[in-house]
Amino acid sequence: MSDFLEVIPLIARDWIVDLFPAQLQWLVHHLITIAVILTVFGTFFAFTTVAERKLLGRLQNRLGPNRAGLPKLSILPFHLKHKLWGLTQPFADAVKALTKEDVVPDAADKVLHFLAPVCIVAFSLLGFAVLPFGRALIPVELDAALLYFFAAGTATELAIFMAGWGSRNKYSLLAAMRALAQLISYELPLILSVVPVVLVVGTLSLSEIAAAQGGWTLGFLPHWHVFTPWGFAGFIIFLIAALAESNRSPFDLPEAESELIAGHLTEYSGFKYALFFMAEYFGLTALSGLGVTIFLGGWQAPFAFLEFIPSYLWFMIKLAGMIMFFIWVRGTLLRLRIDQLTRLSWQFLVPLALINLVNGAFWALTPDWTGAMLAARWGVSAAIVVIPFLILGRRLSGDRTPRTYRYA
Amino acid sequence: MIALAIIALLTIAAASAAFLLRNLIHSALLLVGAWAGIAAFYLWAGAEFVAFAQVLVYVGAVSMVVLFAVLLTRQGATTAPVEYDSLKRAVLGFITAGGVGGLLFGAILGSPLDVHTANPAPAVSVKELGLLLMGPHAAALLIVGVLLTVALLGAVVIAAVDKPEDAP
Repeated sequence: MSDFLEVIPLIARDWIVDLFPAQLQWLVHHLITIAVILTVFGTFFAFTTVAERKLLGRLQNRLGPNRAGLPKLSILPFHLKHKLWGLTQPFADAVKALTKEDVVPDAADKVLHFLAPVCIVAFSLLGFAVLPFGRALIPVELDAALLYFFAAGTATELAIFMAGWGSRNKYSLLAAMRALAQLISYELPLILSVVPVVLVVGTLSLSEIAAAQGGWTLGFLPHWHVFTPWGFAGFIIFLIAALAESNRSPFDLPEAESELIAGHLTEYSGFKYALFFMAEYFGLTALSGLGVTIFLGGWQAPFAFLEFIPSYLWFMIKLAGMIMFFIWVRGTLLRLRIDQLTRLSWQFLVPLALINLVNGAFWALTPDWTGAMLAARWGVSAAIVVIPFLILGRRLSGDRTPRTYRYA
Repeated sequence: MIALAIIALLTIAAASAAFLLRNLIHSALLLVGAWAGIAAFYLWAGAEFVAFAQVLVYVGAVSMVVLFAVLLTRQGATTAPVEYDSLKRAVLGFITAGGVGGLLFGAILGSPLDVHTANPAPAVSVKELGLLLMGPHAAALLIVGVLLTVALLGAVVIAAVDKPEDAP
């Protein structure tokens, strides 16, 4: 039964593909995959926004959006009075974004101003192509999938630059430069944090990395990478870098509405603004998906007796968990200063990620240690992570007193 | 073959537009487009790893260096002057461009042209590529790494000039 549930999406796709003539089938095959990704993650994006607003509302001791119900349609004989807990809010937002006036500054570089939101959404969607969503569900099986994912992600920096420069607004350009400095700084720990996984598993293919985390010790301890010392450290570094890469609070300096009046988004309105907003969430979702695949066991179930739930549902549950965590962080932490932000990356995360790389190499060299040596393996691996963390943390925070503001 | 023609045309169009436009930012962005076209060519030729590395390094990193350099060195106007500075510089420019062009043409004409159809599956897997780079070609990799580090340090030394008024 569960094997059948596992391949239902593939059966449905093949059924539709067979309706078309033979020479068009490859095209239809890919178009269906693209359409499904767009639909699923478009809907996911819509409900992430409403979940974020409601959760942030609760964190701030208010209700959040709860008024948007269904409009009264004249073709229907009845009118649903229930507000549906405000769950139709994203659709109202979409209508609002589509009907708003699109203002383009007179002095702006019209071509770049138009291209920036288009590019950023297109590039942020590319990452979804290689994520293994389930045991049998992977849009494109690539040998170098991990490299592809990061290559696709780098192009968003160009789009942010285009937005900042094309707007011809000094706040926009300033914010774009800050955004680029931030993205480049955090790309390094982000990539370095996943290299130990590549070392240990020995492949760049995401489906093989997800498959390598299968199985349980003693029947209930899953072999996810996050439950190893190097994997745990890598996961934490990955989480921080992913937060910064997707411009989320506490790393939302490029937007910084109180200092830079929303930065490179200043001159965007209407649907173009919505596209930037969408790209931010797509990027966050794709990075969370990568984190789930690499550290949290991908589509694997946490316990053997829960394997009857299809693997793609497990993937989506973990993905939603990651997003909830990011919303929680946004509601809890304050925004960093730009110097704190770059220092955190270059003085703390990059050295730790490099040390963690050595840790991954140690783990990859000692897979056949058993018994007492197995305990030693875990102990050494944990020590390689914890001792530098403590030393670096003490040394970096020792001489830093709170900043005094003379002119504030 | 049609795919190759389209990729080549787009790459050449982007590259030629890059040096014909007077707006330096537009030129830089079009240059990035040309680099992406080269990556597409690698992909067409079945070299997945090289293609993604090309995108990661050129479209992601080198493009930023180029854009930052343009923004930091040009104050105010980002359009290049149309006239040449002096006759000497123009002549030297033509000699350099002609020399590089001649060298490249000679190399292209001298290399045996092996026409083959697109090969979707990579001939060498990423793992084999990695083992090759770490085994027989480790020396070359190390030399390239040292060279790049020296270049980076040199850039820092040249750029970081201590001016007396900068001291706190």
